[in-house]
Amino acid sequence: MRTLLQETIERLLADTVTPDLLRAAETGAWSSDLWARIEELGLPLAAVSEDLGGAGATWSNIVVIASACGAAAAPIPLLETILANKTLTSAGLQPPAKGPNVFATGSASRSLHDIPWGRHARWLTLHDASAGRLALHSLAGANIRPGVNVAGEPRDSISLAPDSLIAEAETSAAPVSMMLAGAMLRSAQMAGALNRLTELSADYANERIQFGRPIGKFQAVQQQLALLATQAAAAIAAAEAAFLMAGQDVDFVMTASAKAVTGEAAGKGAGIAHAVFGAIGFTHEHALHFLTRRLWAWRTEFGSDSYWAGELGQAIAAAGEDGLWPLVTGAFEETPPHD
Amino acid sequence: MNLLDQFGPPVLPSGLGPLRTSVRAFIAEWVTTSSAETRALSWMGFDADFSRLLGTRGWLGLSIPRQYGGHDASPFERFVVSEELLAAGAPVTAHWIADRQSAPLILRHGTEAQKERYLPAICAGQMYFCIGMSEPAAGSDLASVRTKAIRQSDGTWALNGRKVWTTNADRCHAMIALVRTDPASERHAGLSQVIVDLTLPGVMVRPIKDLSGHEHFNEVTFDDVRLEPDALIGMEGDGWAQATSELAFERSGPERFLSAMTLFRCLVGAVGPAPDPRQAMEIGRLAAWLIALRSMSISVTAQLAAGQDPVWAASCVKDLGTGYEQDTVEVAMRLIDSLPPGVKAETTRRVLAITQSMAPSFSLRGGTREIMRGILARGLGVR
Repeated sequence: MRTLLQETIERLLADTVTPDLLRAAETGAWSSDLWARIEELGLPLAAVSEDLGGAGATWSNIVVIASACGAAAAPIPLLETILANKTLTSAGLQPPAKGPNVFATGSASRSLHDIPWGRHARWLTLHDASAGRLALHSLAGANIRPGVNVAGEPRDSISLAPDSLIAEAETSAAPVSMMLAGAMLRSAQMAGALNRLTELSADYANERIQFGRPIGKFQAVQQQLALLATQAAAAIAAAEAAFLMAGQDVDFVMTASAKAVTGEAAGKGAGIAHAVFGAIGFTHEHALHFLTRRLWAWRTEFGSDSYWAGELGQAIAAAGEDGLWPLVTGAFEETPPHD
Repeated sequence: MNLLDQFGPPVLPSGLGPLRTSVRAFIAEWVTTSSAETRALSWMGFDADFSRLLGTRGWLGLSIPRQYGGHDASPFERFVVSEELLAAGAPVTAHWIADRQSAPLILRHGTEAQKERYLPAICAGQMYFCIGMSEPAAGSDLASVRTKAIRQSDGTWALNGRKVWTTNADRCHAMIALVRTDPASERHAGLSQVIVDLTLPGVMVRPIKDLSGHEHFNEVTFDDVRLEPDALIGMEGDGWAQATSELAFERSGPERFLSAMTLFRCLVGAVGPAPDPRQAMEIGRLAAWLIALRSMSISVTAQLAAGQDPVWAASCVKDLGTGYEQDTVEVAMRLIDSLPPGVKAETTRRVLAITQSMAPSFSLRGGTREIMRGILARGLGVR
């Protein structure tokens, strides 16, 4: 399934996500054609079990979708929708058949902030941790105050309409569960974007001639490209591990590690890519910034690298010096969990 | 290059749990008899008794066939045993090179007589090997080796030349040396690998003291050493290909990111259960990268187990992993004055001094950082 998903999503995004589409998205346009194709393929229900109409994909299959969305800078909340729909079914609720479904943690009676793609979404999956409830809300009639992240992706503030509730159920999910899941998604998007940055930078280094030869022939540039590749590789491995170890619940240790590593790699990787591309890569006209600005944005969302490093550090300090190694290896001990 | 093809899901097969548990229990007992300073030496710690004990337990030569004293296991079993030993700072240097590199090389390229002669002793933890690669004028530029083994009319070889930076040559039984068997050859051609019995007349081993005062590496001089006809391993003239064929094993293992693990453990212990935000962030960051590197290493091991030769991905692990080991020293330096006073802080200071003194070698041994990045750049298509 993994290979099929990967080929399907990569082909679709390569065909549809052009620099023009990304520029339009940044001015507020909704990529309706792309979303329609996504729904035709059934991707929003990819992680929902087959008996509920989904594809039953495990997280270790979903990682290829997340990575591809990151590499293409896909201007749609597909990953948010996959996660929200899966979360609903975990609590015994029916996911909506159509329309983007985004997620948040908080109370329905209060203003909710930094909702990804809120203005374009039709549904909101809301985890009210203090009430121990998970609910599906309609965003029809919601009061939306637009905001954007540094990449120009919608990150809106939302006040739900009084009659927004569609369905709700009890949940024992930890207060941090949505944030953790979001961090896992962003880690794979960053890994995908870094992979693409490595390809683009190596290609450009072979094309751009200075001092009579491609700049990639200079050792100084080669060593920087190698450094970019190792950061991208670490990001890929860290994200793969987090998705591999995610079952019904997202794994805290692996996800904290993945977000910390991919975040740091995003900073270093974007810096090297800009150094390789020089001034042309700093222009608005060039497409490089669609990836680098997203890396900067995703690095801070759902907890920055230093936030998750701190959380992981607290867990390690509590485990003590003899608990460190078992904590590092523990999640890998046997066959990974499956849904 | 699509890096997604280089680092797939880091899946360890099921069924390794009992092996891990028994290795961990064995080491837990050994740890009580050792000091943190000893453990800080990581895989530069020498203890022949310990190596023989591992052999008795069946934890050496795991991937070697049973008929030669091995255990017919997969690279995954070897990965688990290796990482458990390294994470605890067990003294593994005596058998390390023989187990990791020499035994697989002999198995792959050796004659039946060579396999029967060397492999059982390696698997028992009784015979130790070193690798003769670098020379005074051939460091990173390995293809410029000048040590010569010239075949004599009676079939023996006359060995002359000098190897340097040979780890443990003074405590090993044999060296697998890369030498020039065609005196007229240049660069990568005309090189062969020979097994040199280090007790032979004409072999002189001189330990070289490193900046920390340890004598892990050596200069080995060959003055008309006579090697038996069967000292040649593999094909004459194939030395370069043979020597580089095992690089993925050499560069992707847990010894490329666990060399400073004792320092990390000490640091966690010294910080204690209630770290301040800065301490928590620094410790968590080290753990995050450790987990990522381990995932990368498992991913490469899976490719090795599948019979592939992931030399690019292995170089990636080595460059990143050795940088991580050195970074552990930096983190310890940043935190050292914040540690609550006590025995654990004092121990951490001593372990830091030891690890810091070894740290420059982490990214030199087994191919320098710059060489790794050159390999990576070639894989990216810019070189």
